[in-house]
Amino acid sequence: MLPEALLIARKDLKIEMRSKVALGQVAPLALLILVIFAFALDANSMLLKLGAGGLFWISALYGGTMLVQRSFDLESEDGNFDALRMSNIDPSAIFLGKTLALFVQIGILELVIGPAILILYETQVSDWLLLLLAAVAGTLAFAVCGVLWGVMASGLRVRTTLLPLLLVPVLSPVLLAGSRAFETALGVRAGDGWTWTGLMFVIASLHTAVGLGAFGFLLEEG
Amino acid sequence: MSIVVDFRDVVAVAGSFPVLTGVDVRIDAGELVLLSGANGAGKTSLLRACAGLQPVSAGSAEVLGYDLRVDRRAPRRYIGLLGHENCLYRDLRVREHIEFRASVAGLKMSDASDSLARVGLDDRLWSAPVAALSAGQRRKLAIASIIVSRPRLWLLDEPHAALDSEGRLTMNSIMEEVASLGATVVFASHDKELSEQLASRVITMSNGRLTEDSGAS
Repeated sequence: MLPEALLIARKDLKIEMRSKVALGQVAPLALLILVIFAFALDANSMLLKLGAGGLFWISALYGGTMLVQRSFDLESEDGNFDALRMSNIDPSAIFLGKTLALFVQIGILELVIGPAILILYETQVSDWLLLLLAAVAGTLAFAVCGVLWGVMASGLRVRTTLLPLLLVPVLSPVLLAGSRAFETALGVRAGDGWTWTGLMFVIASLHTAVGLGAFGFLLEEG
Repeated sequence: MSIVVDFRDVVAVAGSFPVLTGVDVRIDAGELVLLSGANGAGKTSLLRACAGLQPVSAGSAEVLGYDLRVDRRAPRRYIGLLGHENCLYRDLRVREHIEFRASVAGLKMSDASDSLARVGLDDRLWSAPVAALSAGQRRKLAIASIIVSRPRLWLLDEPHAALDSEGRLTMNSIMEEVASLGATVVFASHDKELSEQLASRVITMSNGRLTEDSGAS
């Protein structure tokens, strides 16, 4: 299953490298959101520092949702979903491959907006390991949920507007846990950032289990 | 001769609309079958039902010995489907696309190169992005993607669409060649003159059912 998953991931990433949607369009938009918040809350720099973790994840959520949408638009265009259904590839491998590709793309997006948080909001990192692991856990949960809900919405004509409506409530616990973990890592909240990070890994694991079992059915019926 | 498609009184609905309304058809290995009929007659639905993409709601449907009502996915590894759409990734290069399809089918790049050459896609185009190809060249790439998977059952919906006269003749020779090697080809076409001389059997459809079958005993 792993070679097939890597095949799908490599294909998605190659397409992304050519189209440059993530770096050329989504990342600038996510940065713009951070800049707008910086202007809006400029009078209260303390508030910006306190909310930096939450604003990072809001920005990542917005940009990441667009990347999920894009990942499934590739398959909807020109009937590629039919080609995937007709292929020999195990649906679980398709699920894992698309998750891996999204994980990389959202990760790159976060590498762009992360430094922006530090510079624009004048925040400092007090626990780099926690910050890194929380980012990995949140990105993983985001990618897994995105692929699972993305395939559900993919067969619908209203998918462009429906996907965020489905995805945001599902990702709310990730958003909350990510914000709390980042606040601890940025030293603005005393608390157990590791517990929140663990929670995100649990959410990712649960959705992975559901995805491995249900993706074939969802792909077939989508 | 082995039976490849065995449909008995097959009914299929898309949403609440009946698209197949009692189809009875048996197609043997090596046959080259033309599906004919007006728009909306059910040709595409029949091809998609054979591929397991259109669920069958009543009747008995077997393809390559697999019961589609039990498992729609099982026969797909032996089927090549060319629909109205070409199933191409616009941002990949021609070579990358065919390599991806070959890898999915568990084959090597040499097989992919052979299939591109077979449809007449010049090797100068292999490094071009799919988006830069003309409509006819995209159709040829879609056909090459089918060839590379070496199917036992070819389901082709308007395979000549967008092809120039040379491309149409190449398409016909590919269909004849694979049928002579034992594969089964079922294709829908509105180009009667070009298709009827090619097909070993002509099935005419109307309102989701077969109205004429030149191969009926």
